Amino acid sequence: MAVTAVPGMVGGRQPLPWMRKLEDERWLAFTLLLPTAILLGLFIAYPFVEGIFLALSDARVGDPGHFVGLKNFAKLWDDSIFWTSVWNTFWYTAVTTVFKLALGLWLAMLLNRHFRGKAIVRAFILLPFIIPTVLSTFAWKWMFDPTFSVINWTLFNLGFIKARINWLGDPSLAMTSIIVVNIWRGVPFFAISLLAGLQTISPELNEAAAIDGARPWARFWLITWPLLLPVTMVVMLFSVIQTFADFQLVYVMTGGGPANATHLFATYAYQIGIGTGLLSQGAAVSLAMFPFLFLIVVIQLLYIRRVEVR
Amino acid sequence: MAEVTLTKLNKYFDTTHVVKDVDLQIRDKEFMVFVGPSGCGKTTTLRMIAGLEAVSSGDIRIENTVVNQVPPMDRDIAMVFQNYALYPHMSVASNMAFGLKMRKFPRDQIQDRIKRAAAILGIENLLGRKPRQLSGGQRQRVALGRAIVRDPKVFLFDEPLSNLDAKLRVQMRVELKKLHERLAVTSIYVTHDQVEAMTLGDRVVVMRDGVVQQVGEPLELYNRPANRFVAGFIGSPAMNFADVTISDQGGKVVAEATGLKIVLPGELAARARTHMNGAGTRATLGIRPEDIHVAGAADSPDHCLEAEVEVVEQLGSEILLDTRVGQALVVASIDPNVRVRTHDKLKLALNPERLHLFDPETEKAF
Amino acid sequence: MIEGAVWRKWVFYNIPLILFVFVLLFPFYWMIITSFRPDGELYRPWNAVNYQPFWTNKPTLEHFVYLFEETDFGQWMINTMFIAVTSTLISLFCGVLAGYALARLNFPFAGSLGTVIFVTYLVPQTLLFIPLAEIIRNFHLGDTPWSLILTYPTFLIPFCTWLMMGYFKAIPKELEECARIDGASRFKAMVYIIVPIAVPGILSAGIIAFTLSWNEFIYALVFLSSPEEKTVAVGVTSELIRGDVFFWGSLMAGALLGSVPVAIVYSFFVEHYVSGLTGSVKG
Repeated sequence: MAVTAVPGMVGGRQPLPWMRKLEDERWLAFTLLLPTAILLGLFIAYPFVEGIFLALSDARVGDPGHFVGLKNFAKLWDDSIFWTSVWNTFWYTAVTTVFKLALGLWLAMLLNRHFRGKAIVRAFILLPFIIPTVLSTFAWKWMFDPTFSVINWTLFNLGFIKARINWLGDPSLAMTSIIVVNIWRGVPFFAISLLAGLQTISPELNEAAAIDGARPWARFWLITWPLLLPVTMVVMLFSVIQTFADFQLVYVMTGGGPANATHLFATYAYQIGIGTGLLSQGAAVSLAMFPFLFLIVVIQLLYIRRVEVR
Repeated sequence: MAEVTLTKLNKYFDTTHVVKDVDLQIRDKEFMVFVGPSGCGKTTTLRMIAGLEAVSSGDIRIENTVVNQVPPMDRDIAMVFQNYALYPHMSVASNMAFGLKMRKFPRDQIQDRIKRAAAILGIENLLGRKPRQLSGGQRQRVALGRAIVRDPKVFLFDEPLSNLDAKLRVQMRVELKKLHERLAVTSIYVTHDQVEAMTLGDRVVVMRDGVVQQVGEPLELYNRPANRFVAGFIGSPAMNFADVTISDQGGKVVAEATGLKIVLPGELAARARTHMNGAGTRATLGIRPEDIHVAGAADSPDHCLEAEVEVVEQLGSEILLDTRVGQALVVASIDPNVRVRTHDKLKLALNPERLHLFDPETEKAF
Repeated sequence: MIEGAVWRKWVFYNIPLILFVFVLLFPFYWMIITSFRPDGELYRPWNAVNYQPFWTNKPTLEHFVYLFEETDFGQWMINTMFIAVTSTLISLFCGVLAGYALARLNFPFAGSLGTVIFVTYLVPQTLLFIPLAEIIRNFHLGDTPWSLILTYPTFLIPFCTWLMMGYFKAIPKELEECARIDGASRFKAMVYIIVPIAVPGILSAGIIAFTLSWNEFIYALVFLSSPEEKTVAVGVTSELIRGDVFFWGSLMAGALLGSVPVAIVYSFFVEHYVSGLTGSVKG
């Protein structure tokens, strides 16, 4: 009896032709990536291109506008509020990152030992990071309220201050207050991520260093810190980008005020583009963020690669 | 002079009592091996000596100074860890230099010591490499080198050979032995491998469940195990045990079980007699496989037993026979030239001088 | 290791830890106490004699009542829930498939596509919100939940894909090969063997994606305008502040209730959350 071999057929049922095609790795990969590609193309790549066109036009809400070249950017160059927001963004990012790293690492080291209730402490510590930023920021705004501030009350009763502090009304203090809240929200993320990094460092290394005569401070700088560096750099990368492009905190705390003193890129773009309807100008502010973000990512990725190769 | 003395040493982890009343004197320049199954407290004891674990009660003395509260960095010890614990971000040379740098040795002296240690271990060509560029055996050498350059009062080894493959392990064992002879520094070595214990130790401590079972020179443990645990732990293949009743039969002390009747020789009989109470005292009889041979004409029937062969393992240098004697399984190591096959019935003779008797309750040797 | 005396342990470990926990959690306590405090007590200046910050003797539910009777708070919660769940499901679906393809299949440019995903993962929402608003308007999606359901995946999919790649890479190749020898197609091997093994990863990705979309603010702020379409974060911000007047009691009550769903999800899956968070950092 002649047996006709049906290639690829295992059971009695002939698979559908398109299913057969999926046996080819390239076709399968293409199919699996298709939904992602469509969504990301439609809502990331397309808006990015659209953003560039917007920034080069004089579009407003309801008016598609015309091509005007770099006029929007020229205008920004002469805009002192824009330069304030650039400076603010860098200051805000730098200060918060340093503090988040220092405090987060400290907290991670405190958590990287055995004690009772560790799991619960760890779970609670992450709360500031979990709870929607806008909502927890309102709690801070209320704590900073000049008239009803619990912080003023505490400082006064501890004897640190004599008169009320106008936390959010004073231009120089307002930025500091916002920085405090950002640190508060970011420290848990640093702590938990760095804790995970610490746990991958074998305790034997610290023990060996102790036997080799290294005191705790030397053990930290010569063993723990260099070994943690790759994780630290990745955590920093995420945090720096998020902070650089932050919006919610400033929007809720001060809305960019007082007197436009606390604007960041994002809040200023929002104020111009959505608040006053100058879409093109707003898109230009947003887009001005891009070269900086790009540089930050490239520098950090290069550094991470170097650290990891060691 | 670096003696290490442990007095009534105890360790609790929460409520678990892991090291119980350990008393021990480790002499200057001695190579002392702690051996026992995992979880017996040997590593914890070592870590207490290192200062990595706090002492729950009792004292640790190094050179007659109590060091219970002294942190590890001030104890002047060096330790080789099970996973080597090489600093992954430092070169081999920096790994070895680290301990000296921490103790603020001058530069040229550090270089000098590294060079010397590297020469001893044959790792001069590796000094510039990072740990992950090294093979297991090389890492092991670097870990040793890091300990040697320190020139410490005491060397501590925590199962240093357990991550090496079998062949390398034998080789490193020999080198460790040579190294100790050359450096003559008090060494404390923890292992679960009784062969390492027997070959390396000047003296061996056998531990179980946090309790020291016996301390002695390797041969002493082999020839005169203090209890059934030590008897079974030391020696490979392990000692055979059989539950027997001993009784006085016409002036001879006889150990009996189904299919087995052995007349105990003089000295052992005398010791057994002191434990006998009436006819039929229960005891555990022990005999090592290497003390059993196929009976010949010269063997007295007093020390022979009938056995049925179940498995024949030809090892070339010897044959291991798994045999059945009555209810008991007996392993014998016999001359490789004897022809035996599975299901053969044959007569085995025991070397009467090498029989052991243990109390079935306390497991102590008679 | 021998750490020394007990006081050292307190000074160097316990006291700092207690301070950390206190500072990190105090704002939540403040949120809770404020939402139960009557207005009379609430608007008492900090330097008034009877200012009593940490406790109230007359707890009240008036702020919660206001929230539900005078605003669309209930509707906001439903909106947020619907948007968060739907966009999370879409993102998980796309992320699992893409993660599988990038981690386990050989095809041209697999490596560079992985990098592209990582880079999109880093694109902040604030970079694109203005052109996106235009696009949403052109697609006639403005002021509908779909404006968010379709745009949230832009930051959720890269995250899910990145996380799932890590999980998929950890599964031995032999499992798939064995399934294929047993007669499964590539697709079936993926669906029946590999994806079920990665369930913990999918759970982690899903939980974090859910909290991220619940947390999202700027898209919701820009794309939605009618009060009844808003999400909690936007609704609370825009409807409980009238010019300069803040309805602090209701604001805090809204913040409290708006945090509850994430807090519940988080409390049930802390371990998954943490492993997802740290997994995404390890990359």
